[in-house]
Amino acid sequence: MKRWIAFWNILAKDMQAYYLKPPNISWGIIFPIAWTSMFFIKSGSGLESILALLPGVVTISILFGTTSMLSVTITFERRSRSFERLLLAPISLELLMLAKTSGAILFGIANAFVPIIIAAFLADLSGVAWSLAVPAILLIGIVSTFLGLFIAVSVSEVFEAQTFSNFFRFPMIFLCGLFFPIMSLPVFIRPLSYVLPVTYGVDILHGAVNGEHIMSYTLDLIILGVFCIVLFLLSLRNLKRRWIL
Amino acid sequence: MGIVRKNEIMKSNNQPAVEVSNLTKRYGEVLAVDNISFDVSKGELFGFLGPNGAGKTTTINMLTGLARLDAGSIRIGGIKCTQNPKAAQHLVGVVPDESNLYPELTGFDNLCFCAALYGIGKNERQKWARELLDTFNLNDAADRKFAGYSKGMKRKLTFAAGIIHQPPILFLDEPTTGIDVASARQVRQIIAGLHRKGTTIFLTTHYIEEAERLCERIAFIVNGRIVRTDRTADLLQPIQGKHMLILSVSNSGDKLPKKMTSAFPQHKFDSSEHNRVSVESTEPVNVSPLVRFLEERGIQVTEARRHIPSLEDVFVQVTGVESGLMRKEKEKAGGGGNQ
Repeated sequence: MKRWIAFWNILAKDMQAYYLKPPNISWGIIFPIAWTSMFFIKSGSGLESILALLPGVVTISILFGTTSMLSVTITFERRSRSFERLLLAPISLELLMLAKTSGAILFGIANAFVPIIIAAFLADLSGVAWSLAVPAILLIGIVSTFLGLFIAVSVSEVFEAQTFSNFFRFPMIFLCGLFFPIMSLPVFIRPLSYVLPVTYGVDILHGAVNGEHIMSYTLDLIILGVFCIVLFLLSLRNLKRRWIL
Repeated sequence: MGIVRKNEIMKSNNQPAVEVSNLTKRYGEVLAVDNISFDVSKGELFGFLGPNGAGKTTTINMLTGLARLDAGSIRIGGIKCTQNPKAAQHLVGVVPDESNLYPELTGFDNLCFCAALYGIGKNERQKWARELLDTFNLNDAADRKFAGYSKGMKRKLTFAAGIIHQPPILFLDEPTTGIDVASARQVRQIIAGLHRKGTTIFLTTHYIEEAERLCERIAFIVNGRIVRTDRTADLLQPIQGKHMLILSVSNSGDKLPKKMTSAFPQHKFDSSEHNRVSVESTEPVNVSPLVRFLEERGIQVTEARRHIPSLEDVFVQVTGVESGLMRKEKEKAGGGGNQ
């Protein structure tokens, strides 16, 4: 019970101090709208292209929302030494980092629903398999957040975190099947797609929205789960090695 | 772990509150802490005194789980925390050398958040936060964001955050550095109050007077090594009853102390500081014969000042660290630590 008091208060503090700030709320709304509009205009094929674009826009909104916020907030707290307060608390490092990442996961999920809500006004979403889409959104949120965590605990400065994030994020837009099918990529690049976690989340989303997917849902979910665990454990290992000197 | 439970753990064993054996820490080529051992009894106020870079903060970081040990062992409240520092963190409060609360939160919210990290319920943590804001005279600033606090207010709130969960063992890292005289005085009074209530306190400082005034026992640390650990009274004992005089002179050559010792064999003379002669004696020093002696040799005496021997003299004697160096550090820190 006492551990959960700490967990909940870390999450609530992060929401209050970072995620519910007006600039972040507006960024969380404007950014997905901008992506949606950009791809919609670029496609030039009218409203019928919305369903084809939706999985990619949802994923990109989650990916950028989670990694941007987490890499900045954790690195910033380390620089200001307020992160030491958390390390001094009598809670396990695992629970502490879950608390720190929960805010980013929720922020990412909230970002995901901005393009979905917009799409609901412009297209018919009755065919979407929500029982698949929702777990996919949740897992993409978790895996992106843990990727952001991995980046945050691997660097010392906020600007390094941003640069390092972009090193992963931008290639993912092209390599993970967000807007271009993986099968349309050159053969020698395709292996890269399969070592990036987002590929598996996008595959489920494409299946849920358009019925087109290249792997079984079970395999996608298992691989996403494995990525979540590995990224979280690697982040904890890096944190212990680099931050607790 | 509740307050009662924490106190039970502390009372249930006869081991020291803090027990450190052969602690060593290296950062690359730099040996920050070199095989130090000491213990702090329950309820004791223990001082860790040394210049900047001596290894004080590194030692505290290892004791509190913020740094790994390269060698040695640590027990906190009887709990062996070398392998698992989290186990002892219920018993420990830490006031770091820099304010590290959340700039976006108010003073009140910062205290409540720090209490919540120790699993303290909402009503209790709000009550304690209000009490501490009152104790530290920060009531008026309770609803202001921490970012807007003055340096002194930040230090006081950081101190309050370190004790909000009422820890039986408290680590204070330079608690009065960089704050004004009145705040430093208030912080020292609070430290003394916590000590009276039975809190074990481990205090690092480079303010010698602060250590002398507050601590029951002191360890001198220089270049990562403890050069002496003793009760404050025992450290001061050799200089009790000593009489010291500082003469400011127009010229103090190398041979002057020798000449003066020949003329006044009952006193000891030293002129290692430029244009200054210090006189040390076990009996009261009569100024007139000394002034006359110097003036007869063409040396003008511009000032004669009585010096009351203090822990600073013991520190210089034991460690070889110039008191001037410590004084410069005080000035650099810009604080009211010694007032």
